[in-house]
Amino acid sequence: MADAPKRTPLYDLHVELGGKMVDFAGWEMPVQYPLGIMGEHKHCRAKAALFDVSHMGQVILKGENVGAKLEALCPQAFSTLKEGKARYGFFTNENGGIMDDLIVSNAGDHFFVVVNASMRHQDIPHMARHLDGIEVIEIFDRALIAVQGPKAEDVVGNLCPGVRDLKFMETIIGAINGVECRISRLGYTGEDGYEISIPQDGAVEVARAFLADENCEPAGLGARDSLRLEAGLCLYGNDIDNETSPIEASLIWAIQKRRREEGGFPGADRIQREIAEGTSRKLVGIRPEGRAPARQGVEVQSEDGKAIGVVTSGGFGPTAGGPVAMGYISTDSTEPGTRVNLMIRGKAQPAQIVSLPFVQQNYKR
Amino acid sequence: MTTYYSEEHEWIAVEGDIATVGITAHAAEQLGEIVYVEQKDGGDTFEKGDEIGVVESVKAASEIYAPVNGEIVEANEALADSPATLNESPEGDGWLYKIKLSNTDQLNDLMDLDAYKAFIA
Repeated sequence: MADAPKRTPLYDLHVELGGKMVDFAGWEMPVQYPLGIMGEHKHCRAKAALFDVSHMGQVILKGENVGAKLEALCPQAFSTLKEGKARYGFFTNENGGIMDDLIVSNAGDHFFVVVNASMRHQDIPHMARHLDGIEVIEIFDRALIAVQGPKAEDVVGNLCPGVRDLKFMETIIGAINGVECRISRLGYTGEDGYEISIPQDGAVEVARAFLADENCEPAGLGARDSLRLEAGLCLYGNDIDNETSPIEASLIWAIQKRRREEGGFPGADRIQREIAEGTSRKLVGIRPEGRAPARQGVEVQSEDGKAIGVVTSGGFGPTAGGPVAMGYISTDSTEPGTRVNLMIRGKAQPAQIVSLPFVQQNYKR
Repeated sequence: MTTYYSEEHEWIAVEGDIATVGITAHAAEQLGEIVYVEQKDGGDTFEKGDEIGVVESVKAASEIYAPVNGEIVEANEALADSPATLNESPEGDGWLYKIKLSNTDQLNDLMDLDAYKAFIA
């Protein structure tokens, strides 16, 4: 029998706010609040939304040359990651597939890593096994909250003015209502915003302080998924997994030039070859022309009825105002504007290949 | 006119052998904001338990199952352009089909309002 789902430090607050709680990766999390997925999504794009992401794995890496050692597991340039900077990356396997994606921050005397909730059981032993001489400390006593949206700078900045000066992918330690937090300017919505790691005892108080701002509403996992999909951001397990390479997943931007050239990470053979020669399939945006959402697993066909790919994430985009999807398509059919058919419940629904993202990303560079 | 309710959360308002079918307010609330409705065409026949449509919320797709045997007389085509009507008025303007019943005895297997209220409580 599976273990009872775990609760984050904000569980009681979610229930108080009317959150509809569901089991997600072994955690009892709010999928939505009374405002609803659509309302929460739009509120995030218009003002600001608060998400509890405490189910994600927070890890401290301590020791000499952490960045260089991480480079043996990931194709990112972490040895040159400057103090106070964060970088998106992924663990690759020997076949060049993606084991998980993560955010790595250089916190000065240690590195701070955030991994997916569903993969923490894999990632932490993986790092402990391979990072020789590095202490891998999984954090269990801190919450993680995301405040996202064009008003996020005001919502967080009114309580901690220093965060206004942060740029996208920068991180600092700051006090919020006397609670010392790690505040990073990044997120998973395509909007400006912050992720804030908070000692669990102060987490509810800090969340309440953000929610006291009239611009900030709580948002659940439902809106988090529709926001990231519109922003063209991959979800591990849907759009990327152990079989998909970062080149197929259009994540080459996340592999820095030196690493592309030097290799020295798991699966470098395949990844370097794909950089040079291309791939047979690519992750692209798909815009259905009708109203029917195309969900994960829907087959994509060419106009003449040949199977050319599959939807990996799809649903309704509240800001896009219609269905949106992502999926792997044969590279020769990935030109934006290419017309395809989505086989939804046995019927061909017309769609077009489009460039990602579906909505403009509003990061503060 | 008598209204019956199914365990699949449909309502069916019957007058003679003609009935109007929709999803209950409880079902609409559970589904959340509905963004797409797929319906059968007028003239299609079906049996109890057949899939007669799909409603999709932001989050997921849910099938609609026929509560009785019958034939579709009319589909509420307005839902194609305004699926949100299913949330705003699930037991009114958000009706899905007018149907002709082929076996009125099957109505005895359905619930009345009090029984349905107890069922979802």
